[in-house]
Amino acid sequence: MMLRIFTARAVLFAAAAAGAIAATNEVLAQANEQFVPMLVYRSGPYAPNGVPFANGYADYLTLVNERDGGINGVKIAFEECETGYATDRGVECYERLKGKGPTGAAAFSPLSTGITYALTEKVYADKIPLITMGYGRSESVDGGVFQWNFPLFGTYWDAADVLIQYIGKLNGGLDKLKGKKIALVYHDSPYGKEPIPLLQERARRHGFELMTIPVTHPGVEQKAAWLQIRQNRPDYVLLWGWGVMNSTAIKEAVAVNYPREQMYGVWWAGAEPDVLPAGADAKGYNALALQHSAGQGAVHADILKYVYGKGKGAGQKDDVGHVLYNRGMINAMLLVESIRTAQGKFGKKPLSGEQVRWGIESLNLDQKRISQVGMSGMLQPFKVSCYDHAGAHHARIHQWDGTKWVFVSDWIEADSSIIRPMVDEAAAKYAKEKNLTRRDCKAS
Amino acid sequence: MFYREAGQFKTSYGADQAVFPILQDQIFIGLWLALGFVLVPLVSTEYLLKAILIPFLILALAALGLNLLVGYCGQLSLGTGGFMAVGAYAAYNLCVRIPWLNPVVAFLLAGGVATLVGIAFGIPSLRIKGYYLAVATLAAQFFLDWVFSRVAWFTNNTPSGSITAPPVTLFELTFDTPVKKYLLCLSILVLFAAVAKNLVRGRIGRAWMATRDMDVAAEIIGIRPMYAKLSAFAVSSFFIGVAGGLWAFVHLGSWEPLAFDVNRSFSILFMVIIGGLGSILGSFLGAAFITVLPLLLNQLPQWLGVSISTAMISHLEAMIFGCLIVFFLIVEPLGLARLWRIGKEKLRLWPFPY
Repeated sequence: MMLRIFTARAVLFAAAAAGAIAATNEVLAQANEQFVPMLVYRSGPYAPNGVPFANGYADYLTLVNERDGGINGVKIAFEECETGYATDRGVECYERLKGKGPTGAAAFSPLSTGITYALTEKVYADKIPLITMGYGRSESVDGGVFQWNFPLFGTYWDAADVLIQYIGKLNGGLDKLKGKKIALVYHDSPYGKEPIPLLQERARRHGFELMTIPVTHPGVEQKAAWLQIRQNRPDYVLLWGWGVMNSTAIKEAVAVNYPREQMYGVWWAGAEPDVLPAGADAKGYNALALQHSAGQGAVHADILKYVYGKGKGAGQKDDVGHVLYNRGMINAMLLVESIRTAQGKFGKKPLSGEQVRWGIESLNLDQKRISQVGMSGMLQPFKVSCYDHAGAHHARIHQWDGTKWVFVSDWIEADSSIIRPMVDEAAAKYAKEKNLTRRDCKAS
Repeated sequence: MFYREAGQFKTSYGADQAVFPILQDQIFIGLWLALGFVLVPLVSTEYLLKAILIPFLILALAALGLNLLVGYCGQLSLGTGGFMAVGAYAAYNLCVRIPWLNPVVAFLLAGGVATLVGIAFGIPSLRIKGYYLAVATLAAQFFLDWVFSRVAWFTNNTPSGSITAPPVTLFELTFDTPVKKYLLCLSILVLFAAVAKNLVRGRIGRAWMATRDMDVAAEIIGIRPMYAKLSAFAVSSFFIGVAGGLWAFVHLGSWEPLAFDVNRSFSILFMVIIGGLGSILGSFLGAAFITVLPLLLNQLPQWLGVSISTAMISHLEAMIFGCLIVFFLIVEPLGLARLWRIGKEKLRLWPFPY
């Protein structure tokens, strides 16, 4: 009886409190600040890979604020929102953050192909660019159709192509791949399914057999997949996993005694959280490096001094310089440089999403600028254009030697003669479905 | 004092058997409808509509459907996410393959497809009960997940598996702004709630409740168990299928099979349990609780000015959410609807103690 009365009163009080709290409005960004939203996942099965990326991103933005006083004096206000790699939570975070700050959100980087697919529909109306560095829709390279998507540094078709070219090189030429078996162990989501069309095209051209083996989210159950691999003994295994799926895959490969030297992961399956859980057995595992690998440069020294030195670091000091930390840092750098480019045209003030979009499309990082931001050796110079929203289509392979990542290949350029027609076809199909008019690239 | 029905005399059977016989109830419902249709669209922000109200309305519809099956007919089902997926993919395929078909009609037809699938997976209920039936419906959930992931025909042979819904139109009107989407969902929900309320007050609803309470006794007095149970599955799946179509077309816009996984099934089951099994109002209260509470918990630290990392907020959200569910089940196992009914009883006597 008393508990009933207590409950009733508690419910009433909670409702009143919620109402009162909802009425207050908190002002996050001041008038002269650029708001940058961060969609992160620091919990859930993808957190091991999401956390270092988010830390790198946040640390670089803090560095720009602390060391440079912002972008040309405009400080960056950033806010994280937890998505847990789930599409509906990603959409909710997008709705929550898109209008914050004096001019709205600068750009979104959801770090999830699934969320990218959902947000691609919405950014047309809201006019906010999506920077999907190394992921997202492969056809969004075509800026004529996908005005707001920027898959900077390349897409999954580029990644798959580079891997096949490298494997061809190992065998003495792409024609020597005839009769070989290549298995794709992929995360059963839009992310994992993206490379399949390109791999099928390459299999058709060079005569190798492609086995596609899906692994259900979150990817801890892979015994059936690796049993298939043990039975079929493919010559190479391409790993398209994320989160705990990567480390589980390597451990399962150890269990079925599949040589790790014949495993090649995409650039999202080649970082420390993937190989460290397997310990010494992960030695020899190869993966793509999206321009950079692990390692420290001038920018890391600055981060340790200006960010961690002042106690404003987002994560642990030891993680600075790891693969995914660097990737998040580079993603933030690309956004900052785009905003800087856009400020050159629109003025040194907080910019709207449309203006930032122009900045990203006009981004031109030469060697001099790369050295100035302290990332020489990590990136190659590249230029974004309306025709090519990726800006660069090359990558290298790095291998885990037990303690660190070592580059084992030169820069390999993805074959645009195969990929670009596929991109054009898919983009035209999307434009027809959505009734979009193609933008005239020559005009802008 | 306010809720007495003293002085209200019914002069016809129709008035006596009305869904809301008391005048105060009728005014109350009228106010709520006015609030929902008129006031909320005027004062709500885009975020409130898109992220809170529209998901609440669609999930309330799904919870309503599940409540008919679990609360009124007593057949425990964990396949709600799968049936929502059936509705979503059926609506998508109908819209894509029959371009002249109106999307709202497509939702209803998709509900029909979900009905057939629901009946098919409801057949085990004729043999098994309780937790065993829950497992059978869980198998339905995983099977449907697998089908939409593996069989390319359902996703129109999209290589990535992620499909985008065409815009929802009805006679020249395109539902593209949040306000229009909200009003569409609210209209469909009000209509379906009226249908559900009348169903449960009629012969079919009483057959369901008799089957729930003691199915052997119900069979003995002449209620045919096959019709009762399969009709519950059919009507429930129709509601859930339409909710799935709305969720995919109106809320998400673009989705992959993961959007309708087993976590969705569990969350709708929790809505029904917390809201109140066997109560139409309970579906709404449960849906509001489960849709709004995580968002509230997520944004509470910011409003209070306490800075916590997003990971910690996520973990706290999961913990507090779980604790609240356990608390409600201990303190009020009949759900929030029971709390409301107690409140109504007290209102009839207020300000007098007895």
